[in-house]
Amino acid sequence: MKKKQDKPKEELKKLGKQLFCQINKGKNPELTFTLRGLSNVIFDHKLKSLRLGDKKSTRNFFNLAHAKKFLQTLEVASVSKNLIKEGKHASLRDAFYQIKRTIPNTKTNVVDEQSESDKAIEDLEVITGLAREQLHFNANKNGSVAGKVVILDKGDTIDWSKLGSGGWSVPSNVEDIKFKKVNAKYILYMEKAAVWERLHEDKFWDKQKCIIMSSQGQTTRGIRRLLQRLSEEHNLPIYVLTDFDPWGFYIYSVIKYGSISLAHLGSKMTIPTVKFLGITGQDIENYKLEKHLIKLNDKDVNRMKQIMNYEWFKDNKKWQEQFKLMKRLKAKAEIQALSSRGISFISDKYLPEKINKKDFID
Amino acid sequence: MTQKSEAHALAKRQREISISEFFTKNRHLLGFDKPTRALLMAVKEAVDNSLDACDETKNLPEIRVDIKKLSEDRFRLIIEDNGPGIVKSQIPKIFGKLLYGSKFHTLKQNRGQQGIGISAVVLYSQLTTGKPTKIISKISPNKLAHYYEVQIDTQKNEPKIVGEKTIEWQKDSGTKLEIELEAKYQKGKQSVDEYLKQTAVANPHAEIIYINPLKEREKYERVVNEFPKKPVEIKPHPYGVELGNLMWMLESTKARTLQSFLTTDFSRVGSGTAKEICKKAGLSVNKKPRDITPDESNKIIKSIKEIKIISPPTDCLSPIGSETLEKSMKKEFDAEYYVTNTRKPSVYRGFPFIIEVGLAYGGNLSKEEQAKVIRFANRVPLLFQQKAGSIYESVTSTNWKPYGLNQSGNNIPVGPLVIIIHLASVWPPFTSEAKDALAHYDEIIKEMKLAIQECGRKLGIYVRKNIKAKEQKERVSLFENYIPELARTISNLAEVNEKTTENKLKRILKENMKNILEDEKETR
Repeated sequence: MKKKQDKPKEELKKLGKQLFCQINKGKNPELTFTLRGLSNVIFDHKLKSLRLGDKKSTRNFFNLAHAKKFLQTLEVASVSKNLIKEGKHASLRDAFYQIKRTIPNTKTNVVDEQSESDKAIEDLEVITGLAREQLHFNANKNGSVAGKVVILDKGDTIDWSKLGSGGWSVPSNVEDIKFKKVNAKYILYMEKAAVWERLHEDKFWDKQKCIIMSSQGQTTRGIRRLLQRLSEEHNLPIYVLTDFDPWGFYIYSVIKYGSISLAHLGSKMTIPTVKFLGITGQDIENYKLEKHLIKLNDKDVNRMKQIMNYEWFKDNKKWQEQFKLMKRLKAKAEIQALSSRGISFISDKYLPEKINKKDFID
Repeated sequence: MTQKSEAHALAKRQREISISEFFTKNRHLLGFDKPTRALLMAVKEAVDNSLDACDETKNLPEIRVDIKKLSEDRFRLIIEDNGPGIVKSQIPKIFGKLLYGSKFHTLKQNRGQQGIGISAVVLYSQLTTGKPTKIISKISPNKLAHYYEVQIDTQKNEPKIVGEKTIEWQKDSGTKLEIELEAKYQKGKQSVDEYLKQTAVANPHAEIIYINPLKEREKYERVVNEFPKKPVEIKPHPYGVELGNLMWMLESTKARTLQSFLTTDFSRVGSGTAKEICKKAGLSVNKKPRDITPDESNKIIKSIKEIKIISPPTDCLSPIGSETLEKSMKKEFDAEYYVTNTRKPSVYRGFPFIIEVGLAYGGNLSKEEQAKVIRFANRVPLLFQQKAGSIYESVTSTNWKPYGLNQSGNNIPVGPLVIIIHLASVWPPFTSEAKDALAHYDEIIKEMKLAIQECGRKLGIYVRKNIKAKEQKERVSLFENYIPELARTISNLAEVNEKTTENKLKRILKENMKNILEDEKETR
């Protein structure tokens, strides 16, 4: 434990020393870091993940356009250092309030909105090469997991099969968790908490010998890291279940290849082996969901056009087929459309059938 | 009934319509279409007359305007000046007969051409309240004042004297009116308040005291004691004459021959030019003006256009003057920079004119709103139909961005700015009878734009210099304030002394001030 915390502490001190050194020499304090943003995000075909390119960006304190951001970045660094020293963690919201104040003699606040401190934290990640969690900043926890797994978390032994109807809620930082016993053949990750509850009630994980995991909407960092660790450390395949719509496809894409906003973390977060289980265009026909489609709106159509041109989807025949089907149907389908065939149709028929037939898209 | 007798019956009903009767039924033509405008029109007629009268006899004007609210829609207007007064015999005619006056047929820069006359106000008062207008006038310190109560006989368009006496009046000379009328009082861009404020700007030699219906008192102090140059009357220039006008002139001239008519009744026509005009028109130089047919008049007009005649004299104009205008603006607008320009005289359609422009910038003027555009024609504020006139066009077609202002497309610029444009002319060209806006003559717009640009360039230099200095100061203080904050964070990270870091940062700022402020864009 102690060792793990030494590195971030040292990195932050190094950053301070570097700047002090520049100031000591009478130089304009300067931060150099890899440029974040779309123009410097590239898809690494070898690692099959998004990462940042080589473009560098320099920020100087004595520059009107940079001064405030420069200060914000150093402010979060300072807060991070104090957190590490005290062995405490702060949420992103806490961090915002920690640095928010009015600069004396001015009407300017160090930060006015949380989005600014969030950005400063991301900058600090890029500058130091440390993940947010290592800097003791946590996102909100968000997500549930159940299965025949026993873990050790901060000295507590937790059995994921014995946690009632809520399951174990996944914290934002899963680095220090130890897996004591993992008895599962695969992990099923789903977009919707409501579907997770359905499967949990049906004891799907028990019947199928698997782990079920979910977070509401976009997959959080904690969830992604947990999926990655289980996949790497216990060699478990991961199947993703989302709605048949561009947003669902993107959730899958982020787990597998990473996202633009976290490209600086590169392959630290991506899981190239995950497979897409459904809902696929073919499922709509095979499971007679045609009557339960929802028309695509303009936003959906625009998002679809963007996603289908992503480098990793562009030349993938199976995925292009999905987009073509969606275009032809001019419609999307929710996972819950399966409930039209019976409330437990999903756990009794749909999922076992798909998994047996290995009916996935890669 | 036969057709013939119908015509007879009709003829019995047909009769001449008196001008007053006509206006009784068409009060909107007098500018009294709205109750809010009625009050303004009444003040305007009276004040313009007072100022013109004072200018005539070189009395430095002292004008007092007092509006009393009698009920929600009824007001009593009392206007008093220290002008020369009006001779007894003229009083009833000036106030009690429509379209009676001396200004309409003259080519001389004055204010009064711009209204229909004070008698229209008397008529409006009579129509809405039934009350006569009370007039006191005194022409000499040694004489008593005359008091009249006048109405208009609308059928005959003749004054009807209701009361008359001589009284004592503690004043050397002057005129005082008391008029009751139906109206509505409001504040804002088209109010009496605004009208008088602007009048004071354009007439810095006048002192105006105004008490509005809310009993708020405003005193516009005299800015200059010099009298504006007295405008001289000029004869019409041939280029400006139109057919109807020419025919009327031919009819009423004292000249015996066409040649002498042309040389004596027009400016800039000598015997050579007159002969040329006659020759081109195919008319004898000795023809009697009265014998010239409308057809021949038309030929004269045509030939005038083909001949080169030198421009009319321009010494007849009396601009405010750039120095005086600047003083006046300084008094009325709380700005930080003022610039004015009076152009040289120019000519449109044979009428001489001068354009003056004044700009007031910064200070307490609103930064977020469009610039305030103040328009004057012969020192009279134009409050209506801003967008219809050539002043609006010349302001909006100017690119204000080089002068440090924001402007989106062809709009009035946005920024802390007041734009004053004054046209002084023997005959200001209005777009309509209402005389709210100046017509779009290319010569006039060109002069306005040149004057704006002249002022604008100077403003631009000022804005760039001052805004830059101000911004730099702000930048330095920004860094000064950020330094302690940054020093604290860096010292915490590097585990070094906070004060040392702070002092070192301060020194960097001090030593590199110039680079930091100027190489801004390059350091990116």
